[in-house]
Amino acid sequence: MASSTPIDTPPVPPVQRKRARPKASGRAGDKIFLGLSRGSGILLLVIMASIAVFLTYRATLAVSKDEGNFFTTLDWNPVGDKPVFGIAVLLFGTIVSSIIAMAIAVPIAVGIALFISHYAPRKLAAPLAYVVDLLAAVPSIVYGIWGALFLVPYLEGLNLWLDQFFGWTYVLEKTEVGVARSLFTVGILLAIMILPIVTSVSREVFLQVPKMNEEAALALGATRWEVIRLSVLPFGRSGVISASMLGLGRALGETMAVATVLSPSFVISAHVLNPGGGTFAQNIAAKFDEADQFGRDALIASGLVLFILTLLVNGAARLIIARRKEYSGANA
Amino acid sequence: MSQAANTGIQERPVPTAAASRNSLSSRSLPRWAPAAFAGAAIVLGVGIGAAAGWQSRIQWGLLSAVLFVVISYVTTSVVENQRQAKDRLATSIVWVCFLLAVVPLASLVWTTVSRGAKVLDVYFLTHSMAGVLGTAPGGGVYHALIGTLEQVGLATLISAPIGLLTAVYLVEYGKGALAKAVTFFVDVMTGIPSIVAGLFILSIMLIAQLQPSGLMGSLALTILMIPVVVRSTEEMLKLVPNELREASLALGVPKWRTILKVVLPTAIGGITTGVMLAIARIAGETAPIMLLVFGSQLINPNPFQGAQSSLPFYIWEQYKIGSEASYDRAWAAALVLIAFVMILNLVARGIARWKAPKTGR
Amino acid sequence: MAKRIDVSGLSAYYGSHLAIEDISMTVEPRSVTAFIGPSGCGKSTFLRTLNRMHEVTPGGRVEGKVLLDDENLYGSHVDPVTVRRTVGMVFQRPNPFPTMSIFDNVAAGLKLNGSYKKGRLADVVEKSLRGANLWNEVKDRLNKPGSGLSGGQQQRLCIARAIAVEPDVLLMDEPCSALDPISTLAIEDLIGELKERFTIVIVTHNMQQAARVSDRTAFFNLAAVGKPGKLVEIDETERIFSNPSVQATEDYISGRFG
Repeated sequence: MASSTPIDTPPVPPVQRKRARPKASGRAGDKIFLGLSRGSGILLLVIMASIAVFLTYRATLAVSKDEGNFFTTLDWNPVGDKPVFGIAVLLFGTIVSSIIAMAIAVPIAVGIALFISHYAPRKLAAPLAYVVDLLAAVPSIVYGIWGALFLVPYLEGLNLWLDQFFGWTYVLEKTEVGVARSLFTVGILLAIMILPIVTSVSREVFLQVPKMNEEAALALGATRWEVIRLSVLPFGRSGVISASMLGLGRALGETMAVATVLSPSFVISAHVLNPGGGTFAQNIAAKFDEADQFGRDALIASGLVLFILTLLVNGAARLIIARRKEYSGANA
Repeated sequence: MSQAANTGIQERPVPTAAASRNSLSSRSLPRWAPAAFAGAAIVLGVGIGAAAGWQSRIQWGLLSAVLFVVISYVTTSVVENQRQAKDRLATSIVWVCFLLAVVPLASLVWTTVSRGAKVLDVYFLTHSMAGVLGTAPGGGVYHALIGTLEQVGLATLISAPIGLLTAVYLVEYGKGALAKAVTFFVDVMTGIPSIVAGLFILSIMLIAQLQPSGLMGSLALTILMIPVVVRSTEEMLKLVPNELREASLALGVPKWRTILKVVLPTAIGGITTGVMLAIARIAGETAPIMLLVFGSQLINPNPFQGAQSSLPFYIWEQYKIGSEASYDRAWAAALVLIAFVMILNLVARGIARWKAPKTGR
Repeated sequence: MAKRIDVSGLSAYYGSHLAIEDISMTVEPRSVTAFIGPSGCGKSTFLRTLNRMHEVTPGGRVEGKVLLDDENLYGSHVDPVTVRRTVGMVFQRPNPFPTMSIFDNVAAGLKLNGSYKKGRLADVVEKSLRGANLWNEVKDRLNKPGSGLSGGQQQRLCIARAIAVEPDVLLMDEPCSALDPISTLAIEDLIGELKERFTIVIVTHNMQQAARVSDRTAFFNLAAVGKPGKLVEIDETERIFSNPSVQATEDYISGRFG
């Protein structure tokens, strides 16, 4: 692919030939080196742009022939003379499962981050942080088969229980029998998967709280919790928000863990305990094998929406981080 | 805290709210109280769970956790005071969070290791699935291992130089709009879902009429790997003290040679670590492989032509077959993959630690 | 309110390292006691043992007794949180809570205790800010963040925050070392006023400052690098600066070392 071209020009030979005139050689070498490194930077921008362009191009090919409405159709059938497909179910499922994941993961991750930074016995803290970082490296497919083969059976009891006591909320009512291959289970699995990343970013921020801010609270006679409330949480708030957004970005685009756990169906149901539903990434993985060229374009179209969604979320996270840098710089 | 040397000098003051302003000591729970609360909560939780006939141990655990938090809070607010109770509430919640997270993660590791070890042996590592029925036992992971190594190797060959050069540009040359744009888009690229990277290469394949091959998968992995390499290399280059650069420049060494001979060697340990962590990240990616490499049961050592397999894809495949034998193979492959990723991680961090004193100030 | 501090046989450790050894002294109520001595002699460490802040440092522990009036700070049933509310502290670098307004900074300690009424809170804040000679400068911008003040104002804000909870003792750890001369003067004047109400202990590197503000002065020293810091002598400030009883003190005061 075009990506490897800039390195092909070897920077060394012209320089060695001109060894006798160090000034000129320096200039030529500098030019080449600057060109190479700047070229790589530009290449990155080109890649990003072409992702957008190529996906959009293939997506328009598909969407223009869609007999249904791309945004509202509750079906995915891009074959035959009258292809009908829409992303409503996928958008719903992606957002719902991510919200569930965030609702579970963020408070727990903040708790673990605080545990590591402020509560754990000193000897335990460093290895714990290390283990959390290692867990972030576990491949998603492994989470996936663990979720499908181990977590799903275990969650059935919990699902019944939630239905029994919280069925009145409608959302937690389980109207269909069947194994727990639901958006709710997907949400729990996604929560477990994004825990390490949210934890480690939050922990970093909590550890950056200036010692003197904490001592200020301590010297006023604050308990440990009050120190955290007065000094640590205000300082770390934006960091936690951006950590959560990074986690959200991962949850939105997660493919394999969802594909293994969910039993997909093209319905929108607010009963999150019922099996069924779908997410963008899961749908692409599930429908890809049987798709012809047009079907693949239709999947690319849904991927484009996912791409935009994650761009928005990650962009927002980065903006928050950038703002925080200015803020903390002003106070340093 | 060994200040227990002297006790009983002063009588214990009455722990009323009014008196507490003038006295330093107050009624407090003993050190072992949290452990006792935890014990009581677990006993109660299990008892209630068993009595009510809940079959899932998840419920027992959750109930115990809730009981633990409640018992701690109530007891402390009765024995000590409201502020201490809030403090204790926060402490117990934080501990519960920690346990809540540890249990599933430990279970994940334990399940993978215990179930994966069943069929993992030398045979498994050195044979492919050629001629093995999906539902029957036997077969191995060799072809997938080859595929993963080649695809990841290719991706590293492409993305390491690009990532390195981009980082050099950002740290050593980068000023102005271009550098800002690159920085921003590197961040954005970090968040691209792997399946979207796969779809991007797929769209190129559809346009250029290319066939699935290991190389296509590598290209998608490259997109995922570059931003990670850029980020970590950038961090490492920033750690190189400016004095070193200035010392070299002051000797009349051109800037590019300064970078090649002074800056990069100083940071090489950290850069290696970053690249290895990036490799560990992409080695577990399934989605792009599924779209672009197509999967195969046979050994195909040529990444430029024909379908290949890869470890994560193999796990997915075996999982989908859905028989006991294929599940066993999936777990064993998962164990191989995790071991691969973890070894990379440990070695990378080892390098970072070993090199750290030289790169740090 | 002001209380007497009686220290006897106090040693402080960082892990296994003995930082200060066997210190005994009495700090009189309603007076200013200054700690002087060369860098690393443990005077700040000692100060931090007086409100149990030392044990916040990883590995920090203390042996010995500190009696506040008649109660041992290190007694087995003493809550360090209560100790720190009774013994306030001002740090080397001003450290207002960066996310809080000026008002909230001063009110922080009271709010922690939870026992205040809305109107009374405003009174206490005003009184404390007046007490710290800061009221006139900030009364129009109480809702602005405390980090927007100048360094000297921030330090007085921290003093206001410390005295708002009506402590018995006020510890100051080189409170002027990060400030310009004019702000330093303002703080020194303030210390003079505060000693009417509080027992004040101040660590300082600046001997003129010790001579200006303190009633009594304690000289700390260490026998050699790596050896623990010790109290050499404590006496009336005048005596320490004119006619100390130990040769080492005179050497230090007259600038022959340190």
